[in-house]
Amino acid sequence: MQKFQGVDYMNVDSLLSEEELLVRNTVREFVDDNVIPIIEKHARAGTFPMDLVAKMADLGLFGSTLPAKYGCAEMNNVAYGLVMQELERGDSGVRSFASVQSSLVMFPIFAYGSEKQKDYWLPRLAKGEAIGCFGLTEPDFGSNPGGMITRAEETSDGYVLNGAKMWITNGTLADVAVVWAKLGGVVRGFLVEKGMKGFSAPEMKGKHSLRASVTSELILQDVHIPKENILPNGEGLKLPLSCLSQARYGIAWGAIGAAMACYDSALNYAKTRIQFDKPIASFQLTQEKLVHMLNEITKAQLLCLQLGRLKDSGKVRFQQISFAKRNNVYHALQIAREARSILGANGILDEYPVMRHAANLESVITYEGTHEMHTLIVGEDITGIPAFV
Amino acid sequence: MKIVVCVNHVPDTETKIKIGADSKSIDKTGVNFMLSPYDELAVEEGLRLKEKFGGDVTVLSLGGDAHKETLRKALAMGVEKATLLKDEAVRDSFGIAKGLAEELKTMSPDIILFGKQSIDFDDAQVGTMVAELLGISSVSVVVKLTIDNGKVICEREIEGGHETVETSLPCVIQAQRGLNEPRYPSLKGIMSAKTKPIQEKPAAAGELRVESIALRKPEAKAAGRIVGTDKSAVPELVRLLHEEAKVI
Ligand SMILES: Cc1cc2nc3c(=O)[nH]c(=O)nc-3n(C[C@H](O)[C@H](O)[C@H](O)COP(=O)(O)OP(=O)(O)OC[C@H]3O[C@@H](n4cnc5c(N)ncnc54)[C@H](O)[C@@H]3O)c2cc1C
Repeated sequence: MQKFQGVDYMNVDSLLSEEELLVRNTVREFVDDNVIPIIEKHARAGTFPMDLVAKMADLGLFGSTLPAKYGCAEMNNVAYGLVMQELERGDSGVRSFASVQSSLVMFPIFAYGSEKQKDYWLPRLAKGEAIGCFGLTEPDFGSNPGGMITRAEETSDGYVLNGAKMWITNGTLADVAVVWAKLGGVVRGFLVEKGMKGFSAPEMKGKHSLRASVTSELILQDVHIPKENILPNGEGLKLPLSCLSQARYGIAWGAIGAAMACYDSALNYAKTRIQFDKPIASFQLTQEKLVHMLNEITKAQLLCLQLGRLKDSGKVRFQQISFAKRNNVYHALQIAREARSILGANGILDEYPVMRHAANLESVITYEGTHEMHTLIVGEDITGIPAFV
Repeated sequence: MKIVVCVNHVPDTETKIKIGADSKSIDKTGVNFMLSPYDELAVEEGLRLKEKFGGDVTVLSLGGDAHKETLRKALAMGVEKATLLKDEAVRDSFGIAKGLAEELKTMSPDIILFGKQSIDFDDAQVGTMVAELLGISSVSVVVKLTIDNGKVICEREIEGGHETVETSLPCVIQAQRGLNEPRYPSLKGIMSAKTKPIQEKPAAAGELRVESIALRKPEAKAAGRIVGTDKSAVPELVRLLHEEAKVI
């Protein structure tokens, strides 16, 4: 197979800095060498490729926008986005691992944690010596996390947590779970550590999507945690939502990667598959599909680049992140489906990456705020009228 | 140990090369350039020597401003210093070797690493010429390098086998695939490369002795032919291989 050459119809690369390009190209090569050759095997077996953790950590893929004193690369958000794009070109599950570790675990510890929590956890998480997860969603509260049932009660020397979380990426693997629970009716973040009495994280089985990612329940039964494990600097639902904004930003970029992989696969296939004595790329209907894919990928690239520049200048609004996540994941999923159709029957085989991406994107369009919820967020932003309830 | 690695900036191996209007250079529009893959092995080996023996690694390149991108990649991999010998002219191997050698004389390194060839013109001459101009020994196509008490033991790849040779420092070593597995530049390395300066100097390159007068692409390969799909086709296949292709 020919090495992936990138998809850049409008020379968007010329808008990237030399470092941004080097970051992108390095992770691109890393994914070609280390992710793509092994990922189908893991997706088939329903396992996460654990040996990627140390390799991704060596490269500096965890918490890469955080300060150097924690062992992080201190890159800008555009470079971070390009990392997510390339990881997801490999697999949404691998990108999810890095998103959760970086945006949903390291970010809240960095933003809301004590100095002691930061000094202890951030270098370990950056080195991949510790794995984290983020527990917000509950069996009965998904799009409406404010209704969460998980509770914390204060004791003489700390807190007792009770409740259950569901759909938690990396749950079973995690050394530390950032768990959101209500303390006196107010949402607070807690660091729940592996092995604490009353805490378990069984893996959820039977997924048709994100098969190369571990998804778990978190069960908290009278879990005593010390006082120093609460995130001290902030309270309220806005805290977990701010983490989701970080992660969604990365997902908007990630979706481009999945779409590129599907487009690349479909384009190569269309040029070589012969029907009616001609490559199927010579039929107008196929060309229309390919052009549509490329068009949407290019728009998504420009949208993300501008989003990243806004984020780097501190001007981004969360509604703009919703706007990009909503658009890019939706179109990535359409592209995956179109690519699947170009590949005909071969499209359903795991010899090609397309069906895996299509199946993965069904999760991506739901998690971190469903497509519908992002529509309502932007809808409220432009009309001034909330339509959630 | 004072280590210098000479690197070249070449078109990406996946590029589809187009010949330029002058029919003796390539059309560079839309072509991605990169650190020549054998030179990347040399950079990696330089970093490993530094990690083992201490000292520092400098990368040296002769060429236009575009070469900075390749120097930056080496800095991102962990090299400390970079020098660009600025030169936009068309050069042959000797011209480049002369320019590099003049600079290397002022640096007096313990070891100079090259790739066994750069993958643009495949001359495989510059490293050897530099050694000659400096009056030191040179070992090419090296797949294993061991340095012990100033003694340099190299394994070289030769047709159908390996040869082990011994020389002494200072010397020129030219890397072949198999010498090592180059590291990826880490994201931290990429960010810190920004803060490492690239020293720029005019190149004291040599005059042109061998001039390129024309480039030509290889003939397009003829389409394949399916002789048959089951074992009944074997006799015909054997006949064609024997009589037409003349390979058996
Ligand atoms: C593979 C995977 C990994 C995940 N990882 C994590 C994780 O690490 N941490 C974590 O906390 N969560 C995680 N999640 C959970 C994810 O964030 C939720 O699934 C998501 O928020 C949706 O919640 P729900 O599944 O309960 O759907 P529901 O909220 O029940 O929604 C069902 C449908 O109703 C629609 N809907 C709901 N309310 C409205 C409304 N007001 N108006 C219009 N439509 C509405 C939704 O858009 C959706 O189409 C993960 C999910 C998956 C699939």
